[in-house]
Amino acid sequence: MLLLAVDTATPAVTVALHDGTRVVAEESDVDARRHGELLLPAVDRVLAAAGAGSGDVTDLVVGVGPGPYTGLRVGIVTALTFGSALGVPVRGLCTLDGLAYAAGLDTPFAVATDARRKEVYWARYADARHRVGEPAVDRPADIAEAVAGLPVVGAGAALYPEAFPDAREPLHQSAAALAGLAAELLANGDGGSEVGGEVGGEGGGSRARGAFLPPRPLYLRRPDAQVPKNYKVVTPT
Amino acid sequence: MADEPLVLGIETSCDETGVGIVRGTTLLADAIASSVDEHARFGGVVPEVASRAHLEAMVPTIERALATAGISARDLDGIAVTAGPGLAGALLVGVSAAKAYAYALGKPLYGVNHLASHICVDQLEHGPLPEPTMALLVSGGHSSLLLAPDITSDVRPLGATIDDAAGEAFDKIARVLHLGFPGGPVIDRLAREGDPAAIAFPRGLTGPRDAPYDFSFSGLKTSVARWIEAKRNAGEDVPVRDVAASFQEAVVDVLTRKAVRACRDEGVDHLMIGGGVAANSRLRAMAEERCSRAGITLRVPRPGLCTDNGAMVAALGAEMVARGRSASAWELSADSSLPVTDPHVPAHDAVHAHAHAHAAGAARR
Ligand SMILES: [Zn+2]
Repeated sequence: MLLLAVDTATPAVTVALHDGTRVVAEESDVDARRHGELLLPAVDRVLAAAGAGSGDVTDLVVGVGPGPYTGLRVGIVTALTFGSALGVPVRGLCTLDGLAYAAGLDTPFAVATDARRKEVYWARYADARHRVGEPAVDRPADIAEAVAGLPVVGAGAALYPEAFPDAREPLHQSAAALAGLAAELLANGDGGSEVGGEVGGEGGGSRARGAFLPPRPLYLRRPDAQVPKNYKVVTPT
Repeated sequence: MADEPLVLGIETSCDETGVGIVRGTTLLADAIASSVDEHARFGGVVPEVASRAHLEAMVPTIERALATAGISARDLDGIAVTAGPGLAGALLVGVSAAKAYAYALGKPLYGVNHLASHICVDQLEHGPLPEPTMALLVSGGHSSLLLAPDITSDVRPLGATIDDAAGEAFDKIARVLHLGFPGGPVIDRLAREGDPAAIAFPRGLTGPRDAPYDFSFSGLKTSVARWIEAKRNAGEDVPVRDVAASFQEAVVDVLTRKAVRACRDEGVDHLMIGGGVAANSRLRAMAEERCSRAGITLRVPRPGLCTDNGAMVAALGAEMVARGRSASAWELSADSSLPVTDPHVPAHDAVHAHAHAHAAGAARR
């Protein structure tokens, strides 16, 4: 097995390769404005570092957010077309699940990333592998009560210390964690299908441990329906 | 034939997800998914809606194009993609897709210019472009006169609109007349039943001291809107067909007059017209008439190839391969304002960028 994991849902552009036993190569760069330029060269370097070629990849895993739209789409469309070109399955994982897995905590906590517009994407976890409920986007002050007393992992926590006094590492998403979680799920036979890996909840609206998701973006917001000035099309039929 | 380059092209600069496949100048597939219906109620393209639709449509459209062409992706000689100009977020989906597709297959990547692609697409219809070719590109996003001595390396802007694109004017007048969006096809249809000489609307930038190849449609738009308002205020019926015909005549008159003049001034005997507005029947008829009077050969692709599509990107990509132009680097960015003078975006460091992709990362800028 050679699993390629990518995630561009946060300011991090992060890529990792996992051989089923361990992460064999990884690379991360934090630059919120250059996801499109940085991702493919990073994939190329990671494969080169492992002495592999694109044709050696057997599995693709992509962080599906939630995340600000433009960057988020870079990783997902990259994984989808890469998978289509090689006939390799593409699975999605919630980006917040990767951060939770990396945090390695075995008591309840929350994960929060920067959603811009003074909001965070966030979710609660029972432990590093078990998310409680669906990810959401909210103003920090509005969820301070819901996460009161809990450590909060991720850059969203560090940004709003008043709402999240117990901010913890890691700050940024790593594809290595995402790949590790994915390899664990696959080893446990939780592979699911690449288009519908949702599994039943454990009751009370909770979700079973880190489940694969369809490789589609979790936007959590509706598009801003504003037509820019001086850019319109005529589409004669 | 079989040794001509086989290229897949991806276009996502606006609201059409296009994937085309060509072999040299032969069209094999032109798959398209449009989000135009999702934009109609806003009266224009909403960038975020377009970007979301591109992501959804990308892989299915690629697979549809391959099935139509009856080829395997492994047989491709290259992947071309619109690197700009266009909507930044929309371009980024196509550029990211093309990079991953090319990389996974081990094929060279060619980031190409949207405007040059609009010109090059005519090779699929009328064979190799004469050199030089004069091109009039008219759509909702652009109105330009371009001189192309070599479509892969030398495209010179002679003039462009200083305010609205021609297609935008059609949309705005359609809105004033309550005809819906997009405005081009409906105005074209109504104008056929109207009198183009009924109302003398102004021809922008046609004075002796005006820039000979630039366009302006903003004044015309205002003038038409005022004329309609005056009728309404006077309690009279608006003669919609005559307004449509007279407005369209003013646009088409200026476009063709300037294009023919540019050909004469530059000594070029071929005029190519492309872009969505090239589907307009009056533009085609008047261009045909004026070109034949001036001894100019007119080339206009069929309407399906005039609007944005993937085949035009593949056509330019194939020409890049055929002429041995440098491939793009894996760092290729989507450039919403890519200048028309850059028909493609070669790697910074050299000829065979892909053989040295790792080095390119360190060498950039
Ligand atoms: Zn166009």
